[in-house]
Amino acid sequence: MKVFKLIFRNAMRHKLRTSLTILGITIAIIAFGLLRTVVTIWDSTVDATMANRLVTRQSVSFIFPLPFSYKDKIESIDGVKNVSGAAWFQGVYKDKSNFFARVAVDDNYFEVYPELVLSKQEFENYKKQRNACVVGSQIAKQYNFKIGDQIVLDGDIFPGRWEFEVRGIYQPKNKNTDATQMLFHIDYLNERMKEETPARANQVMWYMVQIKDPNRSAQISNQIDALFKNSTAETKTETEKAFTQGFVSASGAIITAMNWMSFMIIGIILLVVANTMIMSARERTREYAVFKTLGFSALHLTGLILGESMLIACLGGGIGLALTFPIVSGFEQAMPKGFFPFFFIEPITIVLAVTATLLVGFLSAIFPIQRALGTKIVDGFRFVG
Amino acid sequence: MSAIIQVKNLSKSYWRNSLEIPVLHDISLDVQEGEFLALMGPSGSGKTTLLNLIAGIDRPTNGEVTVAGTNIAELGESALAKWRSSNVGFVFQFYNLIPVLTAFENVELPLLLTKLSKSERRKHVEATLNIVGLGDRMSHYPKQLSGGQEQRVAIARAIVTDPVILVADEPTGDLDRKSAEEVLTLIDRLNKEFKKTIMMVTHDPHAAEKASRKLHLDKGDLV
Repeated sequence: MKVFKLIFRNAMRHKLRTSLTILGITIAIIAFGLLRTVVTIWDSTVDATMANRLVTRQSVSFIFPLPFSYKDKIESIDGVKNVSGAAWFQGVYKDKSNFFARVAVDDNYFEVYPELVLSKQEFENYKKQRNACVVGSQIAKQYNFKIGDQIVLDGDIFPGRWEFEVRGIYQPKNKNTDATQMLFHIDYLNERMKEETPARANQVMWYMVQIKDPNRSAQISNQIDALFKNSTAETKTETEKAFTQGFVSASGAIITAMNWMSFMIIGIILLVVANTMIMSARERTREYAVFKTLGFSALHLTGLILGESMLIACLGGGIGLALTFPIVSGFEQAMPKGFFPFFFIEPITIVLAVTATLLVGFLSAIFPIQRALGTKIVDGFRFVG
Repeated sequence: MSAIIQVKNLSKSYWRNSLEIPVLHDISLDVQEGEFLALMGPSGSGKTTLLNLIAGIDRPTNGEVTVAGTNIAELGESALAKWRSSNVGFVFQFYNLIPVLTAFENVELPLLLTKLSKSERRKHVEATLNIVGLGDRMSHYPKQLSGGQEQRVAIARAIVTDPVILVADEPTGDLDRKSAEEVLTLIDRLNKEFKKTIMMVTHDPHAAEKASRKLHLDKGDLV
């Protein structure tokens, strides 16, 4: 007989109570994993930015355009390697729920974003065709886009029917690289604007500026903005990270709340498991007195109580963690397609869930252990539960 | 015969807030090896307290308890626990078996603290359960046994380590007459056949008749 057998049987003494406690931990760990996944995905968006990329936009707001002419001027600044203009197109693909980023870009966009991996042949094909587009591998899979397929968008910011032909599918270089974008020639957009709305022609929404030395980002940003000071379209240049954080911070309060909630869930489940363990230890006061009488030491009793607490916590945590994967996957499916550019359980989420499980198991055992060890044998025998 | 238990000037008081409640006053007694001693007296006379002090599960306020040459009042908690595991067997009024363990496993419990191998433990447990007449109930859980059988399992658990002394606190107090008789016969047999030194607390004069010596306690004094 064996200590593990005794721990297991003790844990299963009140099957309903133990099962409900395990179920509680399972649900808590799933909720924790889901919330942490959303939070870390948000953080990953910021982490995916590169230190050698700056974003230049209108100082008033991101929604106001910048003229094409700025490109050459920015390129002339010492330390600038590449400048690529981009415009947020938006539009609707079949249904409004089919959300993914559609961006008109300069051809050198793929040089500025080396993490968007496109084969040389596909890039050449893309360059040759006016209405060609490149899609990320994730949306290619989601919408079954293949090379040569037609994509028709119903324009909203840029009204009209827009036809594209898929000429390339880019692969994400890193796990947190956005593989849900559709990129197409900004010239294609500009030509239509010249014909239909000349006032909106020759404009970009922002410039991505690739610099040679990330340490000079502040200096080059100031230089760029100084170039256009007192112009009709003054600029604001910042690092890509700061730019992305600006977006994310809009959701900051929600993310902070989710962050807190995820840890509060662990706190609540700690109380639930602690309550179960306290009840169990209280019911077994006489038994602990028997163990002590027979010569079992404080270490033995600690092992029995801690073992039971850890067993319950680990069972719940293990089941919860195992279920988190399909549930996170189901959550992603349930969200509008492309809502999250990438969605996966980060290793840190698993580490945190495992740590939380072990911590709950450990902390829940402290009070029952204290009680069991602190009760004198004679008092234990007198105890009436 | 030599005294295996020596109690000298033993006193015990409990404290309720700042109020001292004396339970035993200056008790001295010797118990010879192989003796079967019955401790009798009215409720609250200090019988169980004296038994607990001799068995090392409570601490005296004053005085000495020496069992097989060891002054147990001088032992620390850990040393005392170790001492109990190899020197004292306990039988309680309410059996105090672990409900999630079978009869075999309950008896095996004290042996888990020894260096015996699994097969040696099995041998010891089987032999002991056979002595108490429960060789065919090894895999039964306490709730599947009668009160008398539970008490016999408890006795098997108490003697499986071959302790120096066996202490029994009202071992027949919760049993019907037939079961009580069986348990008393068993305890008597352990004393006569296996030469166990036994101290038994009892209210029952019939049970005390089995003992080789009777002591009476009243209000904390031996009378």
